[in-house]
Amino acid sequence: MQLFIEQLLNGAAMGAIYALITLGLALVYGVLRILHVAHAGVYTAGAYVGLYIHSLTGSLLLAVFGAMAFCGVLGVVIERLVYTPLLKFPPFVPLIGSIAVFLALEEIFRLVGGPYILSFPAELPFPGITVRGVVISPAIISIYAVSASVLLILWFIVTKTEFGLAMRATSQDRDIAGAMGIDSAFTISMTFVLGSAVAAIAGILVGIYFNQVYPTMGAVPAYKCLALIVVGGLGSLPGAVLASLLLGIGETLLIGYANIPLPRDSLAFIAMIAVLLWRPGGLMGNR
Amino acid sequence: MSDYSITILNFIAIQAIVACGLNVIVGYAGQISLGHAAFFGIGAYSSALLTTKAGLTFWAALPLVILITAAIGLVLGMPSLRLREDFLAVTTIGINFIVESVFLYVPFFGGALGLGGIPSIVFFGARLRGVNFLYLCLFFLALVLLISRRFTKSWAGLACFALREEETAASSMGVSPVRFKLMAFVIGTAMAGLGGALYAHQMRFISATDFGFPLSVMMMSMVVLGGIGTLWGPVLGALILGMLPEIFRPLVDYRMLLNAAILLLMIRFQPGGLLGEGSFLRRVFPKRRGTTHG
Repeated sequence: MQLFIEQLLNGAAMGAIYALITLGLALVYGVLRILHVAHAGVYTAGAYVGLYIHSLTGSLLLAVFGAMAFCGVLGVVIERLVYTPLLKFPPFVPLIGSIAVFLALEEIFRLVGGPYILSFPAELPFPGITVRGVVISPAIISIYAVSASVLLILWFIVTKTEFGLAMRATSQDRDIAGAMGIDSAFTISMTFVLGSAVAAIAGILVGIYFNQVYPTMGAVPAYKCLALIVVGGLGSLPGAVLASLLLGIGETLLIGYANIPLPRDSLAFIAMIAVLLWRPGGLMGNR
Repeated sequence: MSDYSITILNFIAIQAIVACGLNVIVGYAGQISLGHAAFFGIGAYSSALLTTKAGLTFWAALPLVILITAAIGLVLGMPSLRLREDFLAVTTIGINFIVESVFLYVPFFGGALGLGGIPSIVFFGARLRGVNFLYLCLFFLALVLLISRRFTKSWAGLACFALREEETAASSMGVSPVRFKLMAFVIGTAMAGLGGALYAHQMRFISATDFGFPLSVMMMSMVVLGGIGTLWGPVLGALILGMLPEIFRPLVDYRMLLNAAILLLMIRFQPGGLLGEGSFLRRVFPKRRGTTHG
């Protein structure tokens, strides 16, 4: 039973991390209708920059904010230089552009950071908890705390602020939103800043949780999170969070208890195809 | 030519065949597919199994291989009837990951060890190696191009173009989306199966990771780079992307980065492809009358 609860907590932590990455994708998909594969490159950049600042200054807080700033800028650069000029073409053109950006980023990480796994020796400022024999590590506590507050802040921004309103209007119809006086180009760029900064947090959390930062750490999330936004209903933020949590828990429990002969990373896609056959619009899609 | 450059040319010819198949699906019928490597793999694995375990010759196995791949293409093409664009793109990525993991984890397909001992192709008593294998590949490439050209001139091709441009309008004019989308998938995956069979007998050893998602991206890049929906585009794309790693070989560590950068620059500045409408090659060499695509 203890083991089961620990597995459940681990699964939920994975789910929370998936949710942080997937939210950025869902935000970008909402405003631009682009499958932002390079988002996983931004997430890896977050882990590397965070690790670098942490090793320079020793401050985790500085590392997080530095990585968020760096990734925010990186996101806007990708948006302005690659996506915006390609918007008028069929969707596979920006998609291939995005994959090319992702491959280039991976190579840059390999050339700059080296082809090996770096460790992320962060000291978290609080101890782990043991409840009735169930051990909860400080890394897991920080994942829960950080992702819950990020989700809360994002929810507030999207539903309660004027910027959130502009973002929702832009995602419904960019031209009409522009006609109503919304600066849609600025809104789109700020959406990239927001999504990329959240991805940076996810990168640092993963780095600390697994104590690993390496060039190809984005390869699996790059495509798995695409499956997650599809399952959640493209562009639906609550759907993306729900799908992420379900996958994180489902993966961990299935690997732990059912002896299935498939790798854990193809589970997301099997689940996705099953969900799409049942609801072609995704769990919370409205199409 | 050295053996090495002939081997490279063999790969380019095989990839051109597979890219032509993808072009039928993506370029002619307008259905995005990012899982084409799966069908390439299905072709390679079925040819390998039929020749090693069932003891058939390459020539006896080939029709079966094409039939098997096309049949699976028909089934896996079904999502295109229900899903549009981005949903379809992600679903085809998923199909690729699932097919790869089936090859990797099911012992019948050799598992992580792959399949070895695949016989060379024998043609009138002589084993086809080196240049002769290249001629065989080029023969099949010519055949595939001929079929592609016939397809674009046919009523079925016209129906596909209509569906690509405006599905609702086309279907209201009596063009069945079900029939022609699936037809494009069957033709396209059959070509991938042919390429897979050639690949298996060229390598004589195959493993699941040869047919992963990165290869699908590569195929898609070839089609887009050359000019999506054009007859010669996939061949040009295969040639360029096949040669790049060789040209950049002296740069060792920076090779992959340059590859990605060139792909990015190409898609950014020539999104219609080198042979597509409005590309710089088309401006230099204006197209004669009688277009090959809609």
